[in-house]
Amino acid sequence: MIPDGFDYHEPETTAEAIELLEEHGDAETELLAGGHSLLPAMKSGLSSPDVLIDIGGIEELTGVTADGGTLTIGAMTSYSDVLDAEAAREHAPALTAAVEQVGDRQVRNRGTVGGNVAHADPASDLPGAVLVSDATMVVQGPDGERDVPAEEFYLGMYATDIGPDELLTRVEVPSAAGAVGTYVKRASPSSGYAMVGVAALLSVEDGAAETVRVGASGVMDRGVRLEGVEDALAGGSVDEETIEAAAARAGEGLDTALMMDDLRASGEFRAQLLEVYTERALAEANADLAAPAAD
Amino acid sequence: MTDHEITLTVNGTDHELSVEPRTLLVHALRDELGYTGTNVGCETTTCGACTVHMDGEAVKSCTVLAVQADGERIETVEGLESGDDYHPIQEGFREEHGLQCGYCTPGMMMTATDLLRENPDPSREEIREGLEGNLCRCTGYQNIVNAVENAAAELDEPVADGGEVRWPGGEGE
Repeated sequence: MIPDGFDYHEPETTAEAIELLEEHGDAETELLAGGHSLLPAMKSGLSSPDVLIDIGGIEELTGVTADGGTLTIGAMTSYSDVLDAEAAREHAPALTAAVEQVGDRQVRNRGTVGGNVAHADPASDLPGAVLVSDATMVVQGPDGERDVPAEEFYLGMYATDIGPDELLTRVEVPSAAGAVGTYVKRASPSSGYAMVGVAALLSVEDGAAETVRVGASGVMDRGVRLEGVEDALAGGSVDEETIEAAAARAGEGLDTALMMDDLRASGEFRAQLLEVYTERALAEANADLAAPAAD
Repeated sequence: MTDHEITLTVNGTDHELSVEPRTLLVHALRDELGYTGTNVGCETTTCGACTVHMDGEAVKSCTVLAVQADGERIETVEGLESGDDYHPIQEGFREEHGLQCGYCTPGMMMTATDLLRENPDPSREEIREGLEGNLCRCTGYQNIVNAVENAAAELDEPVADGGEVRWPGGEGE
């Protein structure tokens, strides 16, 4: 059960939701999407809002569309609807691969991409993948819309650039059609969250790496790009040896003292996992490039 | 903290009820409407004992507010059988000894039917992945996977009496 009562509002449009946010600005207000992070937090007492604004049913915030080289995922699109969308697999393969590994079947039926992104749990599967996908977060408030690149969107653990009277309306991803996307994670055996999760986007042209984007969740207080790995592979050949050498640079630029460090895994262990899972993500991508999965 | 008037269509029957916003769907089903086949296990979105179908998809009803389900079609384990006939998934669990204490079984069966509707011929690996959000603490997973395989084979057979394959909530997802 949820110990504390609250008022519940169910706006039908984004504009209405923003009005409600302004109206209840003085109260502790939370936006409810699929509820698969917020409701557990409310049950355990970690969160006890006075007002809940349920944006999960706003139709204009739902759906996956591909248009002019951009894939748009409405913030309230469930994980399972992303997986059902052929366009998502084609244009955002790394993000789709990460979505595929969120939670379990029931969680994916309810949880939403926008809810995940806005919640900014660093151990979730998406933060690294949205960076790899070069996503742009579109945020709307009383003064209209603004675009926030993924690199600037996450401010830290559970913290984003979304203002108190704003909400995330959609995630836009430039098409990566032709590249292969993978996501591999070492999940916590109890929670399923990523102790380390590595997303990779890879394409090869005439034997040389053309697109190399690699990022991780679960390691730092937000998703990170693994620039050392990308630099190591860019423009060169991609094989077992070069992947291994590149993966050895996974921790480059990351302050090990600031790595996530908890009961599940020490920072030191995470640093080790990061190399191993980077190698696996790239090896899987390279294998898929050689023999595209028949699906 | 105003109460909300909501409508839930459970196993084809419309119910109107008044709930607090904090009421979880599983409690509305069990305590308000008497559908006690749906169990409460961990109540932390982990164990899957409370799985029901909402609008045709398996969801953990401990992690849905009853107000979020307003106007939706809900199917619970009670909706699986028709008359005296067990659903193939129920037969499968019986045939393969897929349960011991039975606590996880309603949730297992609701997730399994969601899986089989999408993938009528799953591999054992796909069954295991499909059921990863449902925990069993006694019989073990081997027999549960067998039960789902058994049901998949049964559902694959043409129905002898010319009837339709039954899915909770009917055809047409």
